[in-house]
Amino acid sequence: MIRFLLKGILRDKQRSLLPVVIVIIGVLLTVFLYCWLRGVLNDSTELNANFNAGHVKIMTAAYAKNIDQTPNDLALIGVDTLLIRLYKEFPEMKWGERIHFGGLIDAPDSRGETRTQGPAAGFGIDLLSGDRSEIRRFNLDKSLRRGRLPVHHGEILMSEEFSAKLKVNPGDTVTLIGSTMNGSMAMYNYTVCGTIVFGTGPMDQGSVIADIEDVRNALDMNNAAGEIVGYLPGNYYDEEKINQVVTRFKRLFPPSNDEYAPVIVTLRQQNNLGKMMDQIKGVGAFAVFIFVLSMSLVLWNAGLLGGLRRYSEFGTRLAIGEDYSHIYKTMIYESVLIGLIGSITGTIIGMLISLYMQDHGLDLSSMMKNATILMPAVFHARITSAAFFIGFIPGLLSTVIGTMLSGIGIYKRKTAQLFKELEA
Amino acid sequence: MENSTLISIEALKKHFLTPGGRFTALNGIDLTIGKAEFTGVVGPSGSGKTTLLNIIGSLDSPSEGEVVVLGQSIADLNPKQAALLRRSHLGFIFQSYNLLPVYTVFENVEFPLLLLQLDDSKRRKMVMDSLEWLGLTDKAKSKPAQLSGGECQRVAIARAMVKKPEIVLADEPTANLDAANSHHILKTMVQLNKELKTTFIFATHDDKVIGYLRRKISLVDGKVLNDEITNN
Ligand SMILES: Nc1ncnc2c1ncn2[C@@H]1O[C@H](COP(=O)(O)OP(=O)(O)O)[C@@H](O)[C@H]1O
Ligand SMILES: [Mg+2]
Repeated sequence: MIRFLLKGILRDKQRSLLPVVIVIIGVLLTVFLYCWLRGVLNDSTELNANFNAGHVKIMTAAYAKNIDQTPNDLALIGVDTLLIRLYKEFPEMKWGERIHFGGLIDAPDSRGETRTQGPAAGFGIDLLSGDRSEIRRFNLDKSLRRGRLPVHHGEILMSEEFSAKLKVNPGDTVTLIGSTMNGSMAMYNYTVCGTIVFGTGPMDQGSVIADIEDVRNALDMNNAAGEIVGYLPGNYYDEEKINQVVTRFKRLFPPSNDEYAPVIVTLRQQNNLGKMMDQIKGVGAFAVFIFVLSMSLVLWNAGLLGGLRRYSEFGTRLAIGEDYSHIYKTMIYESVLIGLIGSITGTIIGMLISLYMQDHGLDLSSMMKNATILMPAVFHARITSAAFFIGFIPGLLSTVIGTMLSGIGIYKRKTAQLFKELEA
Repeated sequence: MENSTLISIEALKKHFLTPGGRFTALNGIDLTIGKAEFTGVVGPSGSGKTTLLNIIGSLDSPSEGEVVVLGQSIADLNPKQAALLRRSHLGFIFQSYNLLPVYTVFENVEFPLLLLQLDDSKRRKMVMDSLEWLGLTDKAKSKPAQLSGGECQRVAIARAMVKKPEIVLADEPTANLDAANSHHILKTMVQLNKELKTTFIFATHDDKVIGYLRRKISLVDGKVLNDEITNN
């Protein structure tokens, strides 16, 4: 019987084509939208995690409270012992010490007089220890535009935009004017070794990056760090594992009134990322819901129209000795077949588009230029295992639901009436 | 031979509710029809022929009176039981053929056997037999759209006959056919009636059909006016 129905569906293009096309379009849109949202979420969180938030971040309680001002006078001290402890207690995690600092970059002329000046947002990270983790997180190898990465102390990277503004080139000397941890003025000379294009607005405007030891020297922050960022292995933000890390950390460092006691915050808790994650998930769920609803409505109506066309067929089948429920069941079988064909095709096409967008991405850098939040300029789709059923199941369901609704009309008609319509 | 009763009808009435009030389409019918009859319900349009055939065929139910077909009271059947009766024992032939357009001749004729859940090889043999009776063997793979009206009606007869039902109900089977085709299918049905002892009941006002009947039941305004054995 199933084979008989399948033959009918494949041959009666008018009956099957419209629903199949509707399902394909709906499913592929859902799959693509889902992968796209995942990708945006993924790119944004990864970018935030790498450049700024870590999967977790450890700071002093006071620093955490005023984190917008990067108050280095409230930085963690005794960082070497703290790190040893962290590595011992959380052997699965990777840790990185960082100093964020603000200051002026002063570019002198040949006589040593100020030629140009500009405000800089500085990062002190590990560039020279031989461990390339931080270089990888900041994607420095690929972001390098001119020159090279620092290999000696006293070398600094500038964002390309900033260097152009100050008319500074690799090899030039610049002076960082900032304030030490104790509040006195700090001046430190660096040699610009290279320029960087990060591809994200806030980082490209006025960033400088130096090895953390050089920053410590410049700002009198011996054995201190504003932040220690921690990463799960594989660089994948796993909420559950992170929550375990937080719990264990809070057992080691119970909350206290000490302003300088280390505290931990997760990626979700920073930069509104949690809200963004939830919103994107919400949008995804809403999109799927709307999809199921509208597909069901469209397919219901398509089913009604198709059903009208088929009343004579149903009447004949009743006369030959099928009963209502069997006809209804075969309509459902047909819809399952149509739903399967449409959903599988739609999922495959949606995946292919997503795969393309996963590899190529959509470059929105021109739109993102003036963004003040840390967002990537190139958005990629991302295929996760959920993409296999996120469109498939609603596609199948809405086809079946649409058919069930339209098929009720068959029940409402009396046998003789169906039969009359067929005589007419 | 023609005396074993297949269908008995007593005081049958059928009312329809219409916007203009209750309309009585069948107004007290008493009939018995036996095995291997070749009978026609004859009357002008609107006299109630189709209504009567539909009730005998369990596609509709009586308003009053009793209709017993093959020992089962039509009024008492639920839709599933009625479907089973049709599936197992009745064949229908319609004025407009009502073939399933997406299926081949073979598949159209096979369909009643699929409902009976017969196995593959048995179905195949029965379909080929039926097509042979109707001279359609070489059309097995054609689609209805490729056939003439006469051929379509022969396919419909093959479909009705394939399961060798006790009773075939034929409602105006020649209305869409020319004289030659009408005579052709009528001769075939006479033949099948003789060979398989199938009871044929026609609803018709076509003189060509009437010429082949062995019993003619005249219906006027929902009543039997005349019931005669003809000398065919
Ligand atoms: N479902 C129905 N509702 C109302 N009237 C009907 C219905 N079916 C048949 N009739 C009426 O019953 C009468 C007999 O119809 P029918 O049995 O089709 O006649 P025939 O087949 O002899 O032409 C007609 O007047 C027709 O209009
Ligand atoms: Mg009629």
